[in-house]
Amino acid sequence: MTGQTTVPSPVPTEEAPSDESPTGRLARLARLQALQIIIVLAVIVVIFAFLKPSSFLTVFNIRGIVQNTAILAVLAVGMTFVIITGGIDLSVGSVLVFSGVVADKAMGAMGGQGWGVAIVGALVAIGCGLGWGLVNGFLVARAKVPPLIVTLGTLGMALGLAEVITGGVDLRNVPTVMVNSVGFGNIVWQVPTLAVIAAVVVVIGIVILHRTRFGLHTFAIGSNPEAGRRSGLNVNGHLIMIYALSGLLAGFAGWLNLAFFQSTTIGGQSSTNLSVIAGVVIGGTSLFGGYGSILGSIIGVFIPATLQNGFVIIGVQPFWQQVVVGTVLIAAVYVDQQRRSAALRGGGKRKMGDLLSHWVSGRQAVPARE
Amino acid sequence: MTTPSAADGARPASSGGRAPSPAATTTNPAGRPAQEPPLLELRGVGKNFGPVRALSDIDLTIPVGQVTALVGDNGAGKSTLIKTVSGIWQPDHGEILWRGRPVHLHSPKAATDLGIATVYQDLALCDNLDIVQNMFLGREEMKYFQLDEISMELAAKQTLADLSVVTVRSIRQPVGSLSGGQRQAVAVAKAVMQQAQLVIMDEPTAALGVTQTRVVLELIDQLSSRGIAVLVISHNLNDVVNVADRVAVLYLGRLAAVAPIKDLDTGTIVELMTTGRSSRVAATPGEPAHATSQPGAGPGTPTAGGTPGNGTVGHHTGEAP
Ligand SMILES: Nc1ncnc2c1ncn2[C@@H]1O[C@H](COP(=O)(O)OP(=O)(O)OP(=O)(O)O)[C@@H](O)[C@H]1O
Ligand SMILES: [Mg+2]
Repeated sequence: MTGQTTVPSPVPTEEAPSDESPTGRLARLARLQALQIIIVLAVIVVIFAFLKPSSFLTVFNIRGIVQNTAILAVLAVGMTFVIITGGIDLSVGSVLVFSGVVADKAMGAMGGQGWGVAIVGALVAIGCGLGWGLVNGFLVARAKVPPLIVTLGTLGMALGLAEVITGGVDLRNVPTVMVNSVGFGNIVWQVPTLAVIAAVVVVIGIVILHRTRFGLHTFAIGSNPEAGRRSGLNVNGHLIMIYALSGLLAGFAGWLNLAFFQSTTIGGQSSTNLSVIAGVVIGGTSLFGGYGSILGSIIGVFIPATLQNGFVIIGVQPFWQQVVVGTVLIAAVYVDQQRRSAALRGGGKRKMGDLLSHWVSGRQAVPARE
Repeated sequence: MTTPSAADGARPASSGGRAPSPAATTTNPAGRPAQEPPLLELRGVGKNFGPVRALSDIDLTIPVGQVTALVGDNGAGKSTLIKTVSGIWQPDHGEILWRGRPVHLHSPKAATDLGIATVYQDLALCDNLDIVQNMFLGREEMKYFQLDEISMELAAKQTLADLSVVTVRSIRQPVGSLSGGQRQAVAVAKAVMQQAQLVIMDEPTAALGVTQTRVVLELIDQLSSRGIAVLVISHNLNDVVNVADRVAVLYLGRLAAVAPIKDLDTGTIVELMTTGRSSRVAATPGEPAHATSQPGAGPGTPTAGGTPGNGTVGHHTGEAP
């Protein structure tokens, strides 16, 4: 990595070498992107803390934010994989509801308050989510229907079926042990069980995405599916697995959601997909595919959750949260697009600010040298 | 021929080392030696796109460890020919033999698995992945269920060094930040790493400047000196003369001639490319037996109306002497 200064190349390069090593630049970029999001989150926290210091910055309130974010974080792990392939999954909120409904039905039918019932419920929820994910994946990869359309369709189907099953009335057959330990319990002190479960999912997701062949192929397919195919990757099979993973995690999130709300929350998940997608995109994962990180996504989903909580505390209608998140989402995609087009044109969009110029300068060398 | 480059100087040494086997395969027009079949052989290969006859009756052998240049005018069928060999198209007629054995290249992967690697400047690399990740894509090394980054990095470094690729500053930089010539180098290194025995390149120097072109030509030399056969398309006859051992000329989907580079000069090649025939080429014994394939195939081609090059079509088909 440090060889660029010591080894003079016998073949003269046509372009003067840039002053910093690309590896350093990449690492800096990764750090900077994470930094950017952390700064946005910190600004939000500071504003709310300033407005209502007594109630916002309390252990109780922060615990609440973390707990609310936990379910979004589980969804965000799957969504990050999907978006890195260049796809999208709009159906996660509905799949969450559907899986919760079916799991609730199953647990109600078993009738008990113990762990056995809760675990069966978890398996049922995961199975339902996996099923919807496979439907999504199959339609995207094999039938070649655009993911936006496929998951918009299954969004409606899963929610509609959940309402058919319940008649539109929320079910509440949740075993007490599940509510008390998973939903509200702490592992230690004020660390919610829900957050620890989510953290485990996040860590597994990070390892898979950044350390395994599966993760590498996810980036490859998002970067250039044709190259993947020519390198012998099973692109379609991989896409099916990605959507199946997202569905599976949505199913699991449905079970966590049951534990937390003790209800199937049929009417309460209409903007869950937007919160998750917004978090993932704000977290630096490119909607164009090929680039992203789970850690960024997790910090990203804290933003909608923090806004929601903060608006309630300062007495602003919490509906503003959706307005703000929508705005931030558009801004994030706009910034991403500027990076891409600047990279393609070879021209620098310097006005996007110093933070972005690193990324841009890393890419703009490509056409210039040819 | 104008610039005596390093590529030029390296060639005699490497071609001297592999002299015996090419001599056996190229100077024997009729009966090929049974003990060592050519690496790749096309027999009567034809490919139509609807009414367009992109290729007809191609008989071509690719010997082990030699650089074969494929030249021809626009639309002559060069890209179609290499796409047929790399498994993207299936031939409509004829057969393909790999080391004397008939093979069906039904997919790019089937070709890759045999040892045929096709180097595309853009299609085969993932811009967002780094050099190591690209070189090992699809064949990653694992350790304890995780990617073995260190051993892959070392192997990639070694392969690039073996190929004398020195302009790349860090093998952990994303391929999207590389120049065209460097991308070619990475793609070639990937082929070498995957034990390719035939590397196919379609106009590898097309968008490149002088220096980068030289890098790619040196790379081709490196490949052939390692015993890897190369089939390269180029419109630049200087490059061809610099790097190739043999030249195959396509004219309107037919093989106009195949000959060792020493038997051809640029004038003859240009003549073959533009008219499909040359008075000088018939005089050479041995390999140019293929030059007869053009008149030989004359009778059965009334569909020539669909072939490209409009004005010259009548001239071409009507000329079987
Ligand atoms: N996919 C296709 N569908 C229809 N016709 C095709 C297709 N690919 C090639 N052809 C036709 O086959 C003929 C040979 O094309 P090919 O691309 O092989 O030429 P080429 O020798 O590579 O030319 P160039 O030097 O311009 O790259 C042309 O007439 C072309 O129009
Ligand atoms: Mg071509």
